[in-house]
Amino acid sequence: MQRIGVFICHCGTNIAATVDVKAVAEALKHEPGVVFSTDYPYMCSEAGQNIVKDAIRDYHLSGVVICSCSPRMHEATFRKAAAVAGLNPYMVEIANIREQCSWIHKDIPQATEKAITLGKAAIAKVHLNAPLYAGESPVVKRALVIGGGIAGIQTALDIADAGFPVDIVETKPTIGGKMTQLDKTFPTLDCAACILTPKMVDCAQNENIKIYSYSEVTDVKGFVGNFTVTIKRKARYVDETKCTGCGICTEKCPMKKVPNEFNLGMNNRSAVYIPFAQAVPKVATIDPEHCNMLKKGKCGLCAKVCTAGAIDYKQKDEFIEEQYGAIVVATGYNPINLDKFDEFAYSQSKDVITSLEFERLTNAAGPTSGTLLRPSDGKHPHTIVFVQCVGSRDTSGCGKEYCSKICCMYTAKHAMLTREKYPDTDVYVFYIDVRTPGKSFDEFYRRAVEQYGVHYIKGMVGKIVPQADGTLAVQASDLLDNKQLHINADLVVLAAAIEPDKSARPLATMLTASMDTNDFFTEAHPKLRPVESPTAGVFLSGTCQGPKDIPETVSQAGAAASKVIGLLCKDKLTCNPCVAHSDEWMCNGCSACEKVCPYGAITYEDKEFRMPDRTTAIRRVAIVNEAVCQGCGACTVACPSGAMDLKGFSNSQIMAEVDAICK
Amino acid sequence: MKFSYYPGCTLKTKAKELDRYARLSAEALGFTLEELPEWQCCGGTYPMAKDEIATKLSSVRALASARDAGQDLVTLCSACHNVIKQVNSDMQNDENIALKANNYLQLEEEYHGETRVLHYLEVLRDVVGFDEIAKKVTNPLKGRKIGAYYGCLLLRPGKVMQMDNPENPAILEDFIRAIGATPVKYAMRNECCGGYVTLEDPEISRKKSGAVLHNAKDSGVEMLATACPLCLYNLNQNPDGYDIPVVYFTELLAEALGLKEGGN
Repeated sequence: MQRIGVFICHCGTNIAATVDVKAVAEALKHEPGVVFSTDYPYMCSEAGQNIVKDAIRDYHLSGVVICSCSPRMHEATFRKAAAVAGLNPYMVEIANIREQCSWIHKDIPQATEKAITLGKAAIAKVHLNAPLYAGESPVVKRALVIGGGIAGIQTALDIADAGFPVDIVETKPTIGGKMTQLDKTFPTLDCAACILTPKMVDCAQNENIKIYSYSEVTDVKGFVGNFTVTIKRKARYVDETKCTGCGICTEKCPMKKVPNEFNLGMNNRSAVYIPFAQAVPKVATIDPEHCNMLKKGKCGLCAKVCTAGAIDYKQKDEFIEEQYGAIVVATGYNPINLDKFDEFAYSQSKDVITSLEFERLTNAAGPTSGTLLRPSDGKHPHTIVFVQCVGSRDTSGCGKEYCSKICCMYTAKHAMLTREKYPDTDVYVFYIDVRTPGKSFDEFYRRAVEQYGVHYIKGMVGKIVPQADGTLAVQASDLLDNKQLHINADLVVLAAAIEPDKSARPLATMLTASMDTNDFFTEAHPKLRPVESPTAGVFLSGTCQGPKDIPETVSQAGAAASKVIGLLCKDKLTCNPCVAHSDEWMCNGCSACEKVCPYGAITYEDKEFRMPDRTTAIRRVAIVNEAVCQGCGACTVACPSGAMDLKGFSNSQIMAEVDAICK
Repeated sequence: MKFSYYPGCTLKTKAKELDRYARLSAEALGFTLEELPEWQCCGGTYPMAKDEIATKLSSVRALASARDAGQDLVTLCSACHNVIKQVNSDMQNDENIALKANNYLQLEEEYHGETRVLHYLEVLRDVVGFDEIAKKVTNPLKGRKIGAYYGCLLLRPGKVMQMDNPENPAILEDFIRAIGATPVKYAMRNECCGGYVTLEDPEISRKKSGAVLHNAKDSGVEMLATACPLCLYNLNQNPDGYDIPVVYFTELLAEALGLKEGGN
């Protein structure tokens, strides 16, 4: 029989306001095996932990039950305290009477009864606990960064700077991400390319960084410290090692009518292309959808003109497998599709554009070489209407309920720069609220209003009607003046909401990392662990976790890097001893467990057994590799003969808990 | 297939074609509209007031008798559809309204929004299918540039009507395509024609319907198709001479199916 101590935490009033803690302590005192039972206002405090330690020594406890908050919060704290007092840490069980009891009930007698039941279940389990000893697993000292935008670049540079090798996997032919498409950056108005491209070059030149551009992650296996990742290197039909980036192929390519995605389709590129002048790596890529040689086998001009002999029409997708200790997700965002917001006539008029398109129209490397011209007729617009919150803070179901966070600032930037460059232009901004928290942000917005005379109007645009004369009739409401407004605009710019990249969802499945309903990755703790995913060894950088501007993205990228460095600095990680174990006598070698194991931890062996009739038999049985097993328990459910069991969560322990609850 | 059918007053007086061609086409497409034995005016705009109970009762009565017949309830007039569908939603979701309406009516079995309300267009799209209609068209309206005019009542409020996206609808355009004509998309297709305001201040509805016609003309529309008698009235009454005929979509359907007497 175990000698069990029970400790009830008040958690201030978090538990004690709804649960009669004294009554719980009293009731649990009479459970079999319980030799000590008490309550304390803050069990996790130094003094509270000392009560546990003292009781372990004074009462020679062999098991401990703490009735407190979720084990996710303080299980480690109490295990450590028990270990200090000389008790095996896996002899500690937590009964969650806060999240699963006091916080969700209002009625005191009901909550108290439930807390007692949860305590009894934990006591029943501790009776069957056995000491467990953690092993160790090595750490592969290499990191993977998925996504090569500013978030991924910064994370990779910081990790590489600490001396660890890091690989960047980017789906586009070049790293740089959305920031390469921006013109100026708020609030200081420095040019995006000027501050980004040196970092891109640093990545290319850093010997610790390897860039897999035009590549995708297709499979992830393993666990923290030991991930095995399959990377698909898409065929770019150009040998990266030979191409010098001279660009002669792009000039000679006869297929010049391919919509240029870098300029959001506002001009064309050739079928063989380099996305932009400062691309990294600066090598050409052939677009198989549009290349005549690849589609019809006729042309071959680029191969003829390439002096480096880099063109290779026979190149195939290549799959490589790499080992990593840590993975950073930096998959970024995209503006939403505006099909559901046709009141703004985005699909009906070329002169209704998104803010990202506006960036290209004002960028010196853009389709108009930086002169702001209307896409429809190439004329200067004289009246421009900016519409904020297109799809953001939208409860109609067509858009996103969240605030996209960056739109207020970039719209102020667009409005200000337009007035600066073209003072004869009338600029209107329609807003629900102007949200400018951030260093020097509100001052920036005030400057747009006060110094540059941008007309900020509180209210939304209800309808945009393209007119026969090429203008856009904008109908809106001015909520402060309580008036209907009709503005004839030459150009309308929509601040479209941003959403996570479409690749994020399948990637989260591969990583077993959790996401919220908007497909943003969830952090391990919203306040205290903002750059870690709840999945160990997976870290978050940039807008894949939530809308962010560049300064915030860069800080988060650095934070993620420091967490990765902290992990890679360790030579070994302590393994979770709660792993699966197969009873060889019961195992019939059916392979059911092997098929469901997501970590590849189960193998089979032909083993010799002495049978009861004194003969020898060779039987096929399952063997669990304890260093690889993560203790998910899938195999214990799949096993038809009941041979597979999880240490610390054995079938008999779970049944004992259920019995205690149902009694 | 049989549906309970609520025509509404206007379809018995000013908008007889909307009704007649709908019934004719329904038979040709393999479904029957069974007019409810006793129905009253839906009450126009009055039932939209949250504190109105009495004016909602006619809708509840129609909805309950469709339920008793075990049929979905089909409507045609945009206004009737809007009122009946909104009342049905209230009966499902607003305890206060459901309680009071049931207390008034004293039905044999209380009504709590069990009936499914379908607009005739939804029957065409979801029950018959536009592809099926296209196959049955004997007289495709080739070369006709037709603009869909939704008005405001057919689609809004979007969460209750749930027919199509209120800001970027496609159901009427898909219908126009199915009968062989060319749909022309124009910005004002889901704006208000002026509605009942025409009774009090015709100048406002002249301005509103004028803006719709103007934009349609600009966009190359040669004919407008609508489901709403009031929209048709306001657009046709517009004195500014836009020269765009406005017709009921059911009339076009009957024509395409070769059911319209003297049709080409």
